[in-house]
Amino acid sequence: MANHTATLDSDAAAVKRVPLIINDRKANWVTDNISTIVEAKTPIWWWVAFCITAPIALFGCFCIAYQISTGVGVWGENHPVGWAWDITNFVFWIGIGHAGTLISAILFLTRQKWRTSINRASEAMTLFAVVCAGIFPGIHVGRVWMVWFLAPVPWYNGIWPNFRSPLLWDVFAVSTYFTVSVLFWYTGLVPDLATLRDRAKSRVKKFFFTVFALGWRGSNRQWRHYEMAYLILAGLSTPLVLSVHSVVSFDFATSVIPGWHATIFPPYFVAGAIFGGFAMVLTILIPARLLYPQLYDVITQQHVEKMAKIILLTGSIVGYAYAMEFFVAWYGANPYEQWAFLRNRLADPYIIGPALHVQPAPYWWAYWSMITCNVIAPQLFWKKSWRRNTLIVFIVCNFVNAGMWFERFVIIVTSISRDFIPSSWHLYHPSWVEIWTFIGTFGIFLSLFLLFMRFLPMIAMSEVKIVLPEADPHHNAPDAHVGVEAHH
Amino acid sequence: MANLFPKWTNWLPLKILVILFVLGNAVTAGVWYYFTPKYTRVGYEPIQPVPFPHDIHVSQLGMDCRYCHSFVEVAAHSNVPNTQTCMNCHSQVQKDNPKLQAVRESWKSELPVSWVQIHKTPDYVYFNHSAHVNRGVSCFSCHDQVNHMAVVYHAKPHSMSWCLDCHRAPENNLRPREQVTNLDWKPSDENAQTFTAKYGKPPGEEQKDFSGEVKLTQLEIGNTLKHNWNVQPPDINCFACHR
Repeated sequence: MANHTATLDSDAAAVKRVPLIINDRKANWVTDNISTIVEAKTPIWWWVAFCITAPIALFGCFCIAYQISTGVGVWGENHPVGWAWDITNFVFWIGIGHAGTLISAILFLTRQKWRTSINRASEAMTLFAVVCAGIFPGIHVGRVWMVWFLAPVPWYNGIWPNFRSPLLWDVFAVSTYFTVSVLFWYTGLVPDLATLRDRAKSRVKKFFFTVFALGWRGSNRQWRHYEMAYLILAGLSTPLVLSVHSVVSFDFATSVIPGWHATIFPPYFVAGAIFGGFAMVLTILIPARLLYPQLYDVITQQHVEKMAKIILLTGSIVGYAYAMEFFVAWYGANPYEQWAFLRNRLADPYIIGPALHVQPAPYWWAYWSMITCNVIAPQLFWKKSWRRNTLIVFIVCNFVNAGMWFERFVIIVTSISRDFIPSSWHLYHPSWVEIWTFIGTFGIFLSLFLLFMRFLPMIAMSEVKIVLPEADPHHNAPDAHVGVEAHH
Repeated sequence: MANLFPKWTNWLPLKILVILFVLGNAVTAGVWYYFTPKYTRVGYEPIQPVPFPHDIHVSQLGMDCRYCHSFVEVAAHSNVPNTQTCMNCHSQVQKDNPKLQAVRESWKSELPVSWVQIHKTPDYVYFNHSAHVNRGVSCFSCHDQVNHMAVVYHAKPHSMSWCLDCHRAPENNLRPREQVTNLDWKPSDENAQTFTAKYGKPPGEEQKDFSGEVKLTQLEIGNTLKHNWNVQPPDINCFACHR
C-alpha cells in the first residue's frame, strides 16, 4: 500500500506543471502590484522615454502634413514603382497586430491559459499597430480628402467603389479588424477599470474610471454576461486572424505582376504576420518586465519560451513559403516569374550571381537581409537554453522585426522596379519624408504604448486571477495521499 | 472615496445613445437632402445683364433654339449668342427698349455682354452637345422647358447619377431628330404610321398593328430609335466623360 502511494506521488510530481504565475502569488498581490503601475507617481524613465518618442511621433505627423499639403511627389516613388515604403509600412504594421488577435482570440478558444499574462498588452499593441498601419493607405492616395470614396456611400454621383477590387476588401478587412479589436480590448478592460475605480484616490481618476467601467459591480449576472460577450468576440476575432492578412495578400496576389501573382500568398502572409507580431510582443514586453520587476512573476520565462516556440514555428513556415515560391516559379515554367525571383531578388554579387553568370539583383541585399533575419535567426530557438535566455530572445525578435519589414519591401519593390518593359525600369530610393514618416510611426506606436502603460492596467488582472493556484477549486483541498503519508 | 455619480446617471448612457441616434439620423437626412445638386443647383436663377425672355422669343415668335445657340449640333460646346446675333433684329426691333441697354452698349464697345452661366459642368467632365442632340436627346431632357421661362433657371439637377440615369436607360429620352428642339413635343404627338414607316416598329412589338388611332409611348419611340440608331451610351466606362 505504502509503495503504491509513493509511486503515485512521484508520478504526480513528474507531471506537475510549472504554475503560470510563479512565487505563489495571491489574488491580492496581483491587484496591488498591477494597479500600482497606474497609481504610482510617473517614473523618471517614463518621462525620458516619452520625451524621445513623442517628438519623433510629432515629426512623423509633420512629414504626413507636408506630404498631404505638397503631394505624393515628396516621396521617392515614381514609375514603375508606384508602391514602395508606404505599402511596405502598411503591411508591416498590420501584420504586427495579428499576434494580439491570435493571443486574445485563438488562444482563448483553445484554452491556452498562459495567454492571460500577455493578452492585454498584446491587444493594445494590436490597436496601436493598426493605427500606424491605417495611416499609410490613407495618405498614399494623394488626395486624402477624397478618401471617403473608398466607403460605399450612396451619393449623387451614382457610383460605388469597385467591389471586385481587393483594395476595397482591404478597407473592409482593416476597419472590421480595428473595430472588433477595440471592442475585444475594451470588454476585457471593464472589470479591471472597475478595480481601479474602486481604488482611485483622486476625483479625476475616479471620474474617468467610473465612466469607463460602465457601472461594473462584479455581480454573478454581470460576469455571466461578460463571459458570454468575451466568448462571442473571441469567435468573431478568430476568423479575422486569418482573413485580414489574407485580404492584404490579395492586394498583390490578384495582380499579374511576377513576384506578386502567387496563390501561396494568403497562408504565407498570415504565418508571417503571426511571426512578426509575436516578435513585436516580446520586443515590448521584455523591456516592460525590466522596468516593472513585479511582472517577472506574471510574464515568466515560461511565457517567453512559449512565444519563442511560436516564432520558431511560424518562422519556419515563412522559410518554407520562401522556398516554395522558388519551387513554383521553377515548376510553373513561367520565365518572367523565374526571372523576377532569380534576377530581381536572389542573385547576389558574390556567390550566386557569379555562379550562375548573371548580373546581381539590384536589391539582393534586401532579399538576403530578409532570409538572414526571418529564416536563419529564429532557428536559434531550437536550443532550449537559448530560447530561455531573455537577451538572445530579445535580439532574435529584433532581427525578426527588421526581417519582416524587409520581406514586404522585397515583395513590393523588387517585383515592380524591373517589370516587363526594360525601358521603364527604375530603381527606387526613398526620400527623407518617407523615411521619417516610417520612423514617425514608431514614435506614434511607442508613445501610445507608453501612455497605455501609464494609464491602463497592462496586465489583465481579473483574468490572471483565474489562473492562480488559488482559483483552482481543489486548491488546499485535503490531499488523501498526504494524509496517508502523515499517518504513517 | 464616495460615489461621484448620483443614481439618475444610470440612465445617462442610454440617453446619450438616443441623442446620438437622433442626431446621426438628422445629420444623415440633412446631408442627403441639402448636400445634393437637387437642392444646391435646381432653382438657380441669377440676375442677367439683360433679362432675356426665352418664352417671348421661342413660344410667341417661334424662333428655333439653333438660331442663337448655333453650334449645338456641330460642337461639344453650345454657344451663348454673341451681340451681333441679338442686333440682327434689335438694330430695328425694340431698338430703344431700356432693357436692351446692355446689348446696345456691347454693340458699341465691341465687348461681349457678361451673361451669367447657369448650367456649369465641372472642368473634368467632357460633355458633348453635338453627340447628344444628333442622337435624339432633346434640349428639354437637360434644360427643361426653356421655351416657357421668362428668365432661365436651373431646372434639372445635373448630378452624375442624373447623367447615368439616362446613360443606363436612354430610351426614356430619345425622340425623332426633327423634334429635338421642339420643347413642347409629347410622344403622343408623333404619328404612329409615319414613325413606324420611317424607323420600323418597336423591338418586341413587331406583330402590333400601328395603322389605326394608336398613340405611341415614350418607351416605344425610345426603344425603336435606340435600336434603329444603335444608341449605346457608355454607362460604366469612366473615360467616356472623364479623361
